[in-house]
Amino acid sequence: MANRVVQFLTRTRGHGRFHLTDWLTYGYLTIGVFLMFGPVMWLALSSFKTEAALLQFPPPLLPYGPAEAEVEGYDRPLPLYRVEKEDGSETIMAQVRRIGLIAQMVDPDDPGTIVKVNVKKRKRVEEFQLATENYSDLWRQFDFPQYLWNSVFITIVATILTLIFNAMAAFALSKYQFRGRTAVFLFIIGALMIPPTIVLVPTYLVVSGMGLLNSPWGVIWPAIATPTGVFMLRQYMLTIPDDLIDAARMDNASEWRIFWRIVMPLSAPALAVLAIFSVMWRWNEFLWPLIVLNRSEEFTLPLALNAFQGELKTQWNYLLAMTVLTLLPVTFVFAFLQRYITSGIASAGVK
Amino acid sequence: MARLQLKKVVKSYPSGDVIRGVDLDIDDREFVVFVGPSGCGKSTLLRMISGLESVSSGEIIIDDQCVNDIPAAQRGLAMVFQSYALYPHMTVYQNLAFGLENIRTPRDTIAKKIAEAAKMLQIDHLLDRKPTALSGGQRQRVAIGRAIVREPKIFLFDEPLSNLDAELRVQMRAEISQLHRQLGNTMIYVTHDQVEAMTMADKIVVLRSGNIEQVGAPLDLYNRPENRFVAGFIGSPKMNFLPGVISSIDSDGVQVKLDGDEEPTILARVDGAGRTDGEKVTVGIRPEHIHVPGDQSTGRTAAPNGGNTVKLAVKHTEQLGSESYLFAELSGGKRVVVHLPGQTSARIGDIIDVQIPAPSCHIFQTDRGEMALPRLDAPIDRPTTPQTDQ
Repeated sequence: MANRVVQFLTRTRGHGRFHLTDWLTYGYLTIGVFLMFGPVMWLALSSFKTEAALLQFPPPLLPYGPAEAEVEGYDRPLPLYRVEKEDGSETIMAQVRRIGLIAQMVDPDDPGTIVKVNVKKRKRVEEFQLATENYSDLWRQFDFPQYLWNSVFITIVATILTLIFNAMAAFALSKYQFRGRTAVFLFIIGALMIPPTIVLVPTYLVVSGMGLLNSPWGVIWPAIATPTGVFMLRQYMLTIPDDLIDAARMDNASEWRIFWRIVMPLSAPALAVLAIFSVMWRWNEFLWPLIVLNRSEEFTLPLALNAFQGELKTQWNYLLAMTVLTLLPVTFVFAFLQRYITSGIASAGVK
Repeated sequence: MARLQLKKVVKSYPSGDVIRGVDLDIDDREFVVFVGPSGCGKSTLLRMISGLESVSSGEIIIDDQCVNDIPAAQRGLAMVFQSYALYPHMTVYQNLAFGLENIRTPRDTIAKKIAEAAKMLQIDHLLDRKPTALSGGQRQRVAIGRAIVREPKIFLFDEPLSNLDAELRVQMRAEISQLHRQLGNTMIYVTHDQVEAMTMADKIVVLRSGNIEQVGAPLDLYNRPENRFVAGFIGSPKMNFLPGVISSIDSDGVQVKLDGDEEPTILARVDGAGRTDGEKVTVGIRPEHIHVPGDQSTGRTAAPNGGNTVKLAVKHTEQLGSESYLFAELSGGKRVVVHLPGQTSARIGDIIDVQIPAPSCHIFQTDRGEMALPRLDAPIDRPTTPQTDQ
């Protein structure tokens, strides 16, 4: 397995030697990986830094924190410092307290004697340290589970409803002959050209009129019918032979049953693509929930992230940890279903 | 019991009529074949019977009930499609079970029916496979099996053999005929292949551009085509058509002088009542009705009574061993195909005397409809199935 990974990663253009194009390709890909993946990696590493470490300049790449040690006679662990002695040698000491330019320090092996050291003569001892409290505090201090649940609920329910409603519309548009079919289809395509911000106010008035403000359904309902989804599914369903649907009709199947038992299973690749898109759209959606959801217990994760950025103070450590958690689910969805995306997009012929 | 009647059935599209007033009666247990060139409306007619296409006007009556407004699902018919139309995401078993599940058949009944049908069609070892893992012939059997398990009143076949290779087609042809004898259902079969029609049908319906040209038993159509289109469509190779003018009419039949200065006169044993001398007509002679006397290799020496003797110049021959074809020309240059049993001694460039029996000749009018003049001698061969009498 590992052997094959190495083989895969060191593939060349042929002949087993590195050609100029191989160098260019690897160089280009490395830059690409760095550009795409670098910020995400830095985000992940930074999310494990303490608030103090985040404010250091120049910023360290890895999460370092001050080393501490338990010293007899002191309740709390004391920070360790590397102290330069008068004879030039160095020793590790724990700092009890600092008064002005003088630090009172003890040797951990000799807790009784306090040594006074000039602050310029000592240097903090740093060690690799994961500030996992950034994550655990999210559970204890903030209502992170509630935000997560809100996001998951909206994403899953909206995606399921999107699939069902869009598939029904696509089925009708692709398999039924009726007057005005082309007009309806062009109308839906036309809706693709209207930016969501344009209809923001009218939609808000409708949602508000229906009493859906501050409810997850206020986010879900307006998002269900997507022209992109209808278009994509229709294009795919056009490739399902009409004979199959006729055969099902001869087999005594109702139209509803044909939809569920024949058309839906056969559209699975296109449905998978739409499901991925829908999950990403709903999970990352910010503007519309920001308008509809005002009470913090209804917040989705992007709204909660926004709430961390206060006007006066931003709790960067929590913000970063929460960003990582927000990224994870959609990353997994994408990683596991991405092969459907390429095949599905290729067959449906849309971006 | 399943009796099907079509009354003045019409199908119109904005671009024009596809079916133009079809009247047809199909009796219980009959095997009816719709045949015609592509675009003649035979598949449309079948789909109208099935309920998959609506009827523009006229009535479709199954067992004395007008089914115009009954959806396909409730007409109690089953259809085998040209593309087989097997559900690709289901196994063979699920394909067969789908129709039965839709009418809420109990599970054990479904299993029993599928087992029976699978055994009859020899697909019992394929039940767990998906259609993509089957060969063309196997898919065909599954498609037929899907129709059988539903025990429909009428089976509809829409060119079911056209996707199979020649050998398999012959085999499946025999199997479908066998199936018809076994099940005894009414079957309607659409094809463009006149061989399939001739070999399988109790009754053939010849269609052309939305009209029925003739309905009859296979040999009826062969022996007594009502018009030039049917005469040309039924029979292979195609009937020779030679234009001419009526020169005399008497009780023996009608004499026709073929067009062209050097062309001979042909006597046909047909009823010339109502015709006049000098009228333009077309003479029809089947290639297999032209005899070559003295061709030792065939052993056939003389034609029956009342023969016309004509000179032919052989231009090309095809010898298949058991039969031979001569592509020849009359003295005036009109092309004639001759179909001989056995092998022939005729060579390219030979001028041979052939005999054309007058009772085998057809005469068609040249005006609209190109109707045939009735033949005086009833051919001896009669259809074997009693219920197909017209």
